[in-house]
Amino acid sequence: MKETKNIVTDHPILSVKDLRVHFFMDEGTVKAVEGASFDVYPGRTLGIVGESGCGKSVATRSILLLVDSPGKIVEGNITYRGGQTNGQETDLTSLKISGSEIRSIRGGEISLIFQEPMTSFSPVHSVGNQMIESIRLHKKLSRSDSKDLAIDWFQRVGMPNPEQRMTQYPWQLSGGQRQRAMIAMALCCDPKIVIADEPTTALDVTTQAQILDLLKELQEQNGMSIIFITHDLGVIADIADDVAVMYLGDVVESAPVDEIFHSPKHPYTNALLSSIPSVFNRNRERLPTISGAIPHPHNRPSGCTFHTRCPSFIDGVCNVSLPTKSELGDNHSVTCFLYEDKK
Amino acid sequence: MANATVESPEIMDQDNNFESRVSVASQRQLIWWRFTKHKLAVISAILLIILYLTTTFAEFFATAHPLESEAFRGLMPPQPIHFFDEGKLSPHVCAMIGTRDTYTYKKTYEPNCDEKTPVKFFVKGFEYKWLNLIPMDRHLIGVPEGYLAEEHIFILGTDILGRDMWSRIWVASRLSLSIGLVGVILTLFFGITLGGISGFYGGFIDTIIQRIIEIVRAVPTIPLWMALAAAMPFSWSIVQIYFSITLIISLFAWTDLARVVRGRFLSLREEDFVTAAVLSGADEKRIIFRHVMPSLYSHIIAAVSLAIPLMIISETALSFLGLGLQAPAISWGTLLQGTQNVQSVALYKWLMIPAFPVVGSILLFNFLGDGLRDAADPYSD
Amino acid sequence: MLFYIGKRVVYGLIAIWLISILSFIIIQLPPGDYVSSYIANLAAQGSSLDQAEAENLRIFYGLDKPWHVQYGKWALRILTGDLGYSFEWEKPVMDVLGSRLLMTILLALFALLFTWVFAIPIGIYSAVNKYSIGDYIATFFGFLGLAIPDFLIALLAMWFGYSIFGWSVGGLFSPEFGTAPWSFAKFVDLMKHLWVPVLILGTAGMAAMIRVVRANLLDELSKPYVVTARAKGISEWRLIVKYPVRMALNPVISMSAYLLPYLISGSVIVSVVLSLPTLGPTLLKSLLSQDTFLAGGIIFLIGTTTILGTLISDLLLLWVDPRIRFEGR
Repeated sequence: MKETKNIVTDHPILSVKDLRVHFFMDEGTVKAVEGASFDVYPGRTLGIVGESGCGKSVATRSILLLVDSPGKIVEGNITYRGGQTNGQETDLTSLKISGSEIRSIRGGEISLIFQEPMTSFSPVHSVGNQMIESIRLHKKLSRSDSKDLAIDWFQRVGMPNPEQRMTQYPWQLSGGQRQRAMIAMALCCDPKIVIADEPTTALDVTTQAQILDLLKELQEQNGMSIIFITHDLGVIADIADDVAVMYLGDVVESAPVDEIFHSPKHPYTNALLSSIPSVFNRNRERLPTISGAIPHPHNRPSGCTFHTRCPSFIDGVCNVSLPTKSELGDNHSVTCFLYEDKK
Repeated sequence: MANATVESPEIMDQDNNFESRVSVASQRQLIWWRFTKHKLAVISAILLIILYLTTTFAEFFATAHPLESEAFRGLMPPQPIHFFDEGKLSPHVCAMIGTRDTYTYKKTYEPNCDEKTPVKFFVKGFEYKWLNLIPMDRHLIGVPEGYLAEEHIFILGTDILGRDMWSRIWVASRLSLSIGLVGVILTLFFGITLGGISGFYGGFIDTIIQRIIEIVRAVPTIPLWMALAAAMPFSWSIVQIYFSITLIISLFAWTDLARVVRGRFLSLREEDFVTAAVLSGADEKRIIFRHVMPSLYSHIIAAVSLAIPLMIISETALSFLGLGLQAPAISWGTLLQGTQNVQSVALYKWLMIPAFPVVGSILLFNFLGDGLRDAADPYSD
Repeated sequence: MLFYIGKRVVYGLIAIWLISILSFIIIQLPPGDYVSSYIANLAAQGSSLDQAEAENLRIFYGLDKPWHVQYGKWALRILTGDLGYSFEWEKPVMDVLGSRLLMTILLALFALLFTWVFAIPIGIYSAVNKYSIGDYIATFFGFLGLAIPDFLIALLAMWFGYSIFGWSVGGLFSPEFGTAPWSFAKFVDLMKHLWVPVLILGTAGMAAMIRVVRANLLDELSKPYVVTARAKGISEWRLIVKYPVRMALNPVISMSAYLLPYLISGSVIVSVVLSLPTLGPTLLKSLLSQDTFLAGGIIFLIGTTTILGTLISDLLLLWVDPRIRFEGR
């Protein structure tokens, strides 16, 4: 587990409130993100965990207004408190989608690390070229200064032979080196927040560990915040300070990482934790799974979206109305009828 | 707390239904569904079928015998059919009087509506043999007893030898459209065999055939066709010329089909279901015919429908240049021979009319082919 | 990479060799041999040749030898630039063809340029604004251009030009420049006339290319590296041109390789319709009059030109796509 950082007292550097992102397709509307809220604190790592299709990628991409058509942000606020002078607030959802403001934030203040570095780099441009492009765009350095900075970053991410690697094409690098290059490209302009979208899912376990260590190290050096998306609870335990659990477009529980692992509240979080295979399981014990399957995106269940698979399902309540968020103190919140204040 | 988002049950039902239908549909059904979504392609298919059916009835639609010529009524402009005569329904055409300017020797025609020829439908006219078997003499449009269609009615004007354009265009459709079908058979043969061998065996044979395809594609076709067509002795019969032309054109048209077939074979070789067949002990021929071919049919049909217009264009072009079919054979290309220069086009615009059925049928085939090609891959999208 | 270039050059040479054989076959195809055609021609003009002279001619042209020897002689003579003698024109073939070959190549190259200049931006626009009105219009006209054969477009263009504008659309030069020596004024005159055949030839190629650009760009636009570029904060048009367009250009270049034979081929017919001083009308006449060396020579030149063209475009592809360079296929 990570060294526990102090419980947060600062204001969050990024606040997402009630985000709703809908995709308007011919067959119907898919509500990919439906009322998600989470906060990111300076210098801390927020881990967003959930099954495939829960909306974690879409939610984080919306931060940079990178929603692919036919998707649109239909509601919600994304408040960024980075800015040139710390403390200046910008509502990102109010910015023009391809306007110059959001473009200077993209890569310059908030950057993105992608899951599959092979396809996320252009195959016909060298990695150096793609990095320098970023540097020159945001830092406005000369060509040779940019090149030096790029080589410097390659070194910092642990790339062997950085000068040679600069001139190479992405498909000439190994998987781990590619991901390091991707990290270098995301960090070279000193962003305040880095969104890492499952950066280790495509890597083997050893490389995965190396990349995670690298990220932690860089965070310590730079003081940036990380939003780390994954479906792997083991990785969460390793790298996250705070955790947000998402299900079908909504954040069902969020808390500091210790709380999540030691006192999970939401039935879904509980189920996720118990389905992790453990060395301590008794022999021949069946691995607990979550019953049922994720509902089809066109068929969102009524009321609480988890009710179709919830072991604590209350008929007449959970399938009729939506639960609201309950604050349980110590930055732990959960959205479930079990914890609602009785009125 | 009343915000219940309840999705309507119809969508849920529709979803389940659609998914269950798709999962049990056979490949043919999938392709058919996708095809019918392309309205344009479906309309084109219907129109093409009608077009081909009418070619069997070409003489029925014609008014005059297509070979009847009379120089003095040459280069006559189209005669419009008037349907009303002083308020009464009485279709007729006005006679055209030709006068030759003594200075320029240019002939002009003026309609003289005092001389009217009534137009009748389903009349008797020149004799012909339907399907080369049944003697008939009925025609859709014609003139009453006592008049001679060849002398009185010229719906689309006449060519330089005084032959009726309307009738010739109808009769020409037979050769122009059929050459497409016949030629495509040869193209199919070359394309599938060579493409299949190339894709299925791979390795050295594949490389050789690939090189051949490259070279054939790199050669400019029209000059070569011209030369090969010109080399045919003029003494050959129409039938011999017809088949040689289709052979010549096919020799260069098979490459696209071969590449498509080869591509499919190559990708299918890697597919698991082929490996499964091999593992279950099937021999080569069985693998090819029962497992690989079915996925190919749709692509082949798409490629064929795009190859037919190529044949039609090529024959038209060759005949237009005088190197293709020779008189008395009639195709749209030979009809267009009269438009080889600016003067004819400017002065005798109606001679260009055969261009329209050419363009029309090519467009129809292209729409059809496009729709088929999109439908051919039921697993894409 | 050198291996790749070497392979391509060797294939090109083999192709040229095959074309030469084909051209030679064409020369030999018509019944009788060169000398008997010559005699027939003389007879048509009223003169004749006696037996002894005919025999001498036959020996001179090696017509008494087996055909592979004849081919060898002809092929060797080609290497020295001698394509034989045309009796229609009563000049060596090369003299007849000289400037016409240049015109044909010029016409094809300009048509190719025209295609690139218009098809690529229109294709990009179509892909980026999928299903917009502009997209539909472009696709529709593209379709028409593709479906209507070149010579018909030429005919229709002539017709429109004449009946509506009163132009005399034909030829490549105004009468006063026809045989004049080259000058800037002549060049300008050429440009004024060239655009019509270029437009006609270019439309079909343009249609095909728009479709290729549009389809490939649509594919590329949905790929992850485009999202990466956007996430770095690059402006939309800049990233479209730098990344996906660059990828979509690959098939454009491979396509251009095969566009060239199509254009040269099409120029033959269009030149006949518009009476242009290129190889087309000459070829037609030589075929109709059985001027065999001229016909064969033209076929050989046209074939060689196209193959060289495809070779050049292959090398261009090498330059554009680094993956081929390094993988040394």
